[in-house]
Amino acid sequence: MNIHEFQAKDLMKKFGIKVLGGQVANTVEEAVEAAKKLDSKVWVVKAQIHAGGRGKAGGVKVAKSLDEVKEHAANILGKVLVTHQTGPEGKEVKKLLIEEGCDIEHEYYVGLVLDRGTGKIFFMASSEGGVEIEKVAEETPEKIHKVAIDPAVGYTSYVGRRLGYAMGLKGDVLKKCNKFLEGLYNLYVESDCTAAEINPMVTTKDGEVLALDAKLNFDANALYRHKDIEDLRDLDEESEKEVEAAKYGLSYIELDGNIGCLVNGAGLAMATMDIIKLHGGEPANFLDVGGGATKETVEKAFTIILSDPNVKAILVNIFGGIMKCDIIAEGVLAAAKSVDLKVPLVVRLEGTNVAMGRKILDESDLKIITASDLKDAATKVCEAAKSQEA
Amino acid sequence: MSILINRDTKLITIGFTGKQGTYHSLQSRDYGTNFVGGVTPGKGGIVHEGFPVFNSIHEAVEKTDANAAMIFVPPPFAADSILECIDAELPLIVCITEGIPILDMVKVKSALKGSKSKMIGPNCPGIITPGECKIGIMPGHIHMPAQEGGKSVGVISRSGTLTYEAVYQLTEREIGQSTCVGIGGDPVGGLNFIDVLKLFEADPDTDAVIMIGEIGGSAEVDAGRWIKENMSKPVVSFIAGASAPPGKRMGHAGAIISGGDDTAEAKFRILEECGVAIARSPAELGQRLEEAIK
Repeated sequence: MNIHEFQAKDLMKKFGIKVLGGQVANTVEEAVEAAKKLDSKVWVVKAQIHAGGRGKAGGVKVAKSLDEVKEHAANILGKVLVTHQTGPEGKEVKKLLIEEGCDIEHEYYVGLVLDRGTGKIFFMASSEGGVEIEKVAEETPEKIHKVAIDPAVGYTSYVGRRLGYAMGLKGDVLKKCNKFLEGLYNLYVESDCTAAEINPMVTTKDGEVLALDAKLNFDANALYRHKDIEDLRDLDEESEKEVEAAKYGLSYIELDGNIGCLVNGAGLAMATMDIIKLHGGEPANFLDVGGGATKETVEKAFTIILSDPNVKAILVNIFGGIMKCDIIAEGVLAAAKSVDLKVPLVVRLEGTNVAMGRKILDESDLKIITASDLKDAATKVCEAAKSQEA
Repeated sequence: MSILINRDTKLITIGFTGKQGTYHSLQSRDYGTNFVGGVTPGKGGIVHEGFPVFNSIHEAVEKTDANAAMIFVPPPFAADSILECIDAELPLIVCITEGIPILDMVKVKSALKGSKSKMIGPNCPGIITPGECKIGIMPGHIHMPAQEGGKSVGVISRSGTLTYEAVYQLTEREIGQSTCVGIGGDPVGGLNFIDVLKLFEADPDTDAVIMIGEIGGSAEVDAGRWIKENMSKPVVSFIAGASAPPGKRMGHAGAIISGGDDTAEAKFRILEECGVAIARSPAELGQRLEEAIK
């Protein structure tokens, strides 16, 4: 789960990480009021969306007067920002962060990620901050310094010294950086983050170490023990359909194609999309009904798939393990009755209770194209979608 | 023969008296697994479906001589159960539970190091040696033991239902399976591809391996490099997610493209360079394997 920059900074303050004074604004008037409240002659007006690359897209502007705050706020609010992380459709700006300015000495990058192979947490740091870190990693990998932290040991001071010296820091600033990194590590483990990126962390002319930006990502599976973080979720930033699907235990992602997919298991769901593509079709969605699906959730899955007007055919591909084929079959029937199914439906059932499932479908008066195996299913659904488009 | 489990394996279920725990324990028993009892704290002493229930894993191991555990404990408590199994020195732990916090698994991973336990999962279908022992939620009937004089295939996969798909294609071609291992779809887990490949390479009755990976992480690429240097048996591989857009988590916590070599395309390419036979379509796994063992 992602949160906004201003929320991340509030959380960081609790872990002793220094940030600039700032206020959130939802309107132009609020933006001007926020600027007045801050003890500064320079302000930064920052779009709050769940994506990086805002600066380049025109979502971050420096203002040297209250008039300029007003002007920038009016320009940015309501604007659709397209960055390398938003996808081509972009994201509409609904909130701003008005922040004090500061005298930057140098910009750095620090981040924490999990290394899957070793199960350790990696601290990454670079003196090349404020730019796309992916580029730095590709062009000058020697400028990214890494230290692995064993979770059983936790953060110790040498980690900060190693990274600090590697970034060229010394003296008092190095000590402050060490505190900063320790705070970030503690935040990461105590809040169940999956990634934490500060780009840039800056040193100022008066010797402070500050987080100028902040991107935190949290483990959705651990939110049950962080009610305060769960409350920071901004549903405006998420796809309505995906949120609705999640309520029913369905994992759904909308795509651009015209073939709706209903599959059990994430791997098989991806493989089903892949084989549709190999047969010349385009999947309209990823949908994993999961192992605990009931007749009702299957019905809901159909409703969600069909709410996409691009869908011209549906493929149900079930390999029953925990999921039983008869339950899927009953769900398909219930859905077909309640949603008035007008597009062709291809069904491929295999695995647990397959005979019962097939019997339920055969004995219904529903027009179903049955498929004998995966390849047959892909061929038939691609043909069906094509004939609908024609 | 087989890897990790066989007809001598003695199984207990942690979270036995729950709905899923009960159902799948009995399914395992019906398949022929030597199921000996279960653990549900607070219910120790009762008999459930004809099997003894214990309060602790230590007690269960002591009384039943179990050497493998299957975990069906809900996500907030699952890591604790795994740690208890490690402390009880159970040789094999199979964790089916989906949705365990990643940092809990980071602790588990650290505890597994240097321990006497091997873990499969979490968020996995489990492991099966056809005809002998089934620990997990896979449908038993689609599997087939190696036939007299026939070839036998080991299967490793990050995905449950996609494993069933591969197994089904093998059985349809009357190619038996030595052992099928679902290592799970989470970013941090127990045995990885290389760990299981090593076991298959050493198993005299495994003739070839199907390895099913997905987008995200570097496990498949690491496995490919290991195969190139160490594996004498043919390996056939499919990577799920060639059609997945970057930055979107495709169901599994581990299946997300974050840049670099973790796309399906990159994994296919590197595996091919390492001498692995590639199935571009998931429907071709059986056919590719058949070609590889000819």
